[in-house]
Amino acid sequence: MTTGTDRFERLFNPRGVVVVGASTHPGKFGFVALHNILANGYEGKVFATNREGAEILGITTLTSLADLPAGEVDLAFVCTPAASNPEVLGELAERGVTAAFIASAGYGEAGEEGRQAQDALVATAVELGMTIVGPNGQGLVSTPASLCAQIVAPFPPSGRIGIVSQSGNLVSSFMNYAVASGVGVSRAISVGNAAMLGVADVLGYLADDPETSVALVYVEGIEDGRDFFDALRYTCERMPVVVVKGGATAGGSRAAASHTGSMATDDRVFDGMCRQAGATRVATIEEAFDTAACFATQPLPAGPKVVVMTTVGGWGVMTADAMAATSLELVGLPADLREGLDGLLPPRWSRNNPIDLAGGETKDTIPAVLDLLADHPAVDSVIVLGVGIQANQGRMERDGPFFPDWGLERIVGFHDRQDRRYAEAAARCSAAAGKPFLVATELAVADPDNAAVEGVRDVGQYCFASSQRAVQSLAHLWAYARWRQRRA
Amino acid sequence: MTTPSGATSRTLSEAESKKFLGAVGLPLLSEHLATDPEAAGQAATAMGFPVVAKLCGEGIAHKTERGLVRLGLGDEEAVRQAASELLAEARDEDGAVSVLVAPMVRGSRELIAGVSRDPQFGFTVMIGIGGVFAEALGDVSLRLLPITRLDAEEMLEDLSSQVLLGPFRGEPAIDRAAVAEVLLALSEVVERHPEVVSVDLNPLIIVDGRPIAVDALVEVE
Repeated sequence: MTTGTDRFERLFNPRGVVVVGASTHPGKFGFVALHNILANGYEGKVFATNREGAEILGITTLTSLADLPAGEVDLAFVCTPAASNPEVLGELAERGVTAAFIASAGYGEAGEEGRQAQDALVATAVELGMTIVGPNGQGLVSTPASLCAQIVAPFPPSGRIGIVSQSGNLVSSFMNYAVASGVGVSRAISVGNAAMLGVADVLGYLADDPETSVALVYVEGIEDGRDFFDALRYTCERMPVVVVKGGATAGGSRAAASHTGSMATDDRVFDGMCRQAGATRVATIEEAFDTAACFATQPLPAGPKVVVMTTVGGWGVMTADAMAATSLELVGLPADLREGLDGLLPPRWSRNNPIDLAGGETKDTIPAVLDLLADHPAVDSVIVLGVGIQANQGRMERDGPFFPDWGLERIVGFHDRQDRRYAEAAARCSAAAGKPFLVATELAVADPDNAAVEGVRDVGQYCFASSQRAVQSLAHLWAYARWRQRRA
Repeated sequence: MTTPSGATSRTLSEAESKKFLGAVGLPLLSEHLATDPEAAGQAATAMGFPVVAKLCGEGIAHKTERGLVRLGLGDEEAVRQAASELLAEARDEDGAVSVLVAPMVRGSRELIAGVSRDPQFGFTVMIGIGGVFAEALGDVSLRLLPITRLDAEEMLEDLSSQVLLGPFRGEPAIDRAAVAEVLLALSEVVERHPEVVSVDLNPLIIVDGRPIAVDALVEVE
């Protein structure tokens, strides 16, 4: 891990950007990189170089870096062939450019000759006092700067998740989830071959980045284990870190060796190292984003006690089962809370946790139940199930042959408003009580336009695609909260 | 043998290993080294029966596989007999040998603990469920050294077989603080002796809830 935020500032908040090796061919990286920077609202100056000086996307390109105005550009996005890059770095340094993302391939991933070229490139950068990321990386994103300096889509909504990855395409996967859920990203970077800057270095920056509140990490191999551990622990003392590791098994490890040239890691050591550092290790990409989004949008629970509120029984049963395998506790309802609920619900309600409303809710029942749970000290977290059902029926009616007659227009509107209210109530209760309130429904995937799902998204929260996934993420929140409490 | 750092290493004999580890307060079985059957018998009588007798020497690492452990010896004559048989089993490559006599401890639960060097992360400490199914279960937890007491306690929490750590078959729950002390002592060993390559405590037998290291091997550079 290296400290010093200045060089990262030039990467993530550059005064200007130059694309070196821009292309007129829309299929080339040199075109895509320029397109993505220009298309996503970056407000700094943008330059590009092209051997013919062609006009590309409205930019009059420079035939030589010597024509780049001095002192106006901090970051270069380099798409030129590996062989010309040492010279490119020299010219950039002369014009005051101090950071470069090297997208070019043909380095460490391409055999012995490439490795030598990579070492030489790093030596040149060190000599010039430049910071280089990559080579063989897909780029970086910085939403506070509206900067999309990468050769892949998407550009995510702005938010609090900082992503660093040894695989560029996994950065895209995470950002696709961000687009779908609305839970956004602060910074994202693919370190490629990590010739100069590695995952540990970026973590050290994210740890102190005011725009980031949770770090999301994908790694395959660790060069310097102690350095990684130190960076991880430093970051975990400041914010949660979600880690997903490729190559955890023998088969995956062989694949990682050919993908990033990573040496196999003893998975039991890696796992213990994560626990020791306070990191949240997850097994899959979905679990990684679920958990990062949960950290980014919910307060940490004060304890393990969870109440599940559901409009119908089956979901509650499955959620109780899912919770049994975690350190979360399906808390027994205290007498005063049960009495409070008796006053709101018909006599057939479950009278236990999960709170099964048994279809007995009227217009204001669900928000009132959520308020009771928010206020009760025996409840650390709440999982809300069964929202969206009414709006789902409403959708069938709206799309059916009888709409808007037979009173359908009025009832469909009512259902949508109600489901939206439930999402808003959950968010309001979470903020007021400082407790996690997680909403889960498969409609998050099945019908993202459902009013409940949309409602959750509109209040800046994350709608879990299943109760099991909500339980899994909440268990991670509690594990991190406990790690912090024990070390306070 | 070659260590990760490229230097050659050697394994200390069980007696040497225990002497090495006793200095940091690891709960080791009291024992006596005898060079002849007569002395072995007398040592056993002095510590009380039953006892175990093992052949001990710098070149001997896998006693059980070679049949060099005699358990449950009930009187002085049995100890003398076992000692003379064990001494007769010695091979040239075992180096100087002697017979190690120790009280026989019984417990239905065993843990394993140890230290090793990981090529990427350096020194690690491990605790796991021991016994004949240890490898098949693979229920272990590791940390990087050095560790804190909290790390040690959390390592025990990591183990899947929590039922085995509670009250079990009429025996009390495992004294988690005592196990944590073992792990902290292993951490201390490495701080004091960076020349250590590995430490293997197998088994740690649980007697009245407390761990006792019945066998110990230390490998140094």
